Amino acid sequence: MVEIDVSKRLHSAEGDIKLKVSASFKRGDFVAFFGESGAGKTTILRMVAGLLKPDSGRIAVDGEVWFDSHEGVDLPPQKREVGFVFQDYALFPNMSVEENLRFALQKGGDPAIVDELIDTVGLGALVSRYPSALSGGQRQRVAVARALVRRPKILLLDEPLSALDHTMRSKLQEELADIHRRFGLTTVLVSHDPSEIFRLCNHVFKIEDGAVIKEGSPSELFVKERIGSSFKFTGEVLAIEKCEMVYLLSVAIGTQIVKIMATKNEREGLKTGSRIQIVSKAFHPMIFKIES
Amino acid sequence: MSDAAFWSTMALTFKLASVTTLILLLFGIPLAYYLSMSRSRIKPVVETVVSMPLVLPPTVLGFYLLVAFSPENAFGRFCEEVLGFRLVFSFWGLVLGSVIFSLPFMVHPVQSALQSLPASLTEAAQMLGKSKTTILFRVLLPNIKPSLLTGIVITFAHTVGEFGVVLMIGGNIPGETRVASIAIYDEVEALNYAAANHYAMVLFAVTFSILLLVYLVNRSFLQKM
Repeated sequence: MVEIDVSKRLHSAEGDIKLKVSASFKRGDFVAFFGESGAGKTTILRMVAGLLKPDSGRIAVDGEVWFDSHEGVDLPPQKREVGFVFQDYALFPNMSVEENLRFALQKGGDPAIVDELIDTVGLGALVSRYPSALSGGQRQRVAVARALVRRPKILLLDEPLSALDHTMRSKLQEELADIHRRFGLTTVLVSHDPSEIFRLCNHVFKIEDGAVIKEGSPSELFVKERIGSSFKFTGEVLAIEKCEMVYLLSVAIGTQIVKIMATKNEREGLKTGSRIQIVSKAFHPMIFKIES
Repeated sequence: MSDAAFWSTMALTFKLASVTTLILLLFGIPLAYYLSMSRSRIKPVVETVVSMPLVLPPTVLGFYLLVAFSPENAFGRFCEEVLGFRLVFSFWGLVLGSVIFSLPFMVHPVQSALQSLPASLTEAAQMLGKSKTTILFRVLLPNIKPSLLTGIVITFAHTVGEFGVVLMIGGNIPGETRVASIAIYDEVEALNYAAANHYAMVLFAVTFSILLLVYLVNRSFLQKM
């Protein structure tokens, strides 16, 4: 169980905001903090990691208190068992891929895990390369592998895929989901991309102006009914579920995710990541005023 | 002027520069690390003190050091009576003066290089459970090699060329405090231009070669990155 209940005054370019967040989730969860940039998502992650001190509150992981302003507990980052993947990956430029991972080993740690992780993320051919000679996707893989060397209790991902192109993103999303399962991790993702969250996470906290304004499963938060009369949308298939006689497709259209039904014929040839066009016909378009 | 006197002066000059550079490596790097990390209120004061030798006439610093080192005063008396050595007009006095005077030349390049490294490097190493010392030696210093080299060489070259402070606190004792820059001044005063030229030329050639080497090494380092 991970419990976060912290508050902190932040000085940002748009003036001071008060961050007050409480969130809790179970071991093994893949959760997301979702929101606009500047909402305070990364700040929450940094407070969990111990890189930033909350003004007050409490952070506890599996019953172990990492921060408690009342009891005066504040474990340094070194003592918190956390793997952190930075937005810029923060690979050490003076070390090769393998050295980056070996550096992460604790004294007396088992070096076998380094080779296992290198295998898992498929970097076997690149072990002696330096970070400057790696592509964005490769750097991201090294950063994730390095964060896992110490077998952390929680893996924190700060917009880990935001600097990558579309194809690389969906490939790495799959890999992240796979790593999460394989190492039995509790993973926290910070992201402003609903389709990424939909694909990876089982629980979302929506952050706005420094507070959790909504939480729930990705479909509860993101899926809205789409109404239209002969409207066309292009989108990306995120998931395909079989539902009795038909199939249920989760599709990302723009920044929204919708669930639509598909027949067996329509479903054929589609897989996760396929780009599709959806045409919808209705006799009576309904109009809702959203702003006068 | 004998050859022996020339070489002993040259040897003394480079010994002073080497010892000063070594001491500044030991003290300057931790100081630069502290200044690059610190948000303390006394940091501006420390920074000012470190930078003072850049703007202060060497004679001012030399004058106060001379007063401080004098056995008439508390610090000088403490050195002489408790520690058993005299700083004024001695080699170790010169070393102390040069260390203070060359401090900004070591601290500034290292400090600004450390500050220009992304903060996430330090944070990533912290997340991997590494101590401050490990982070400094394994992560930060290896990534600022060009600036380290610049700091070392400029400190060395600057100490070789120092005149005012040395003159004030060292005087002109052959084999003890008579360094090349003082010797040049001395020879010119005695209208001994040939000897002055001899010193000057060697200094010129040596400093030129050292600086050229630094720029060449740094260029190849940057190309590798």
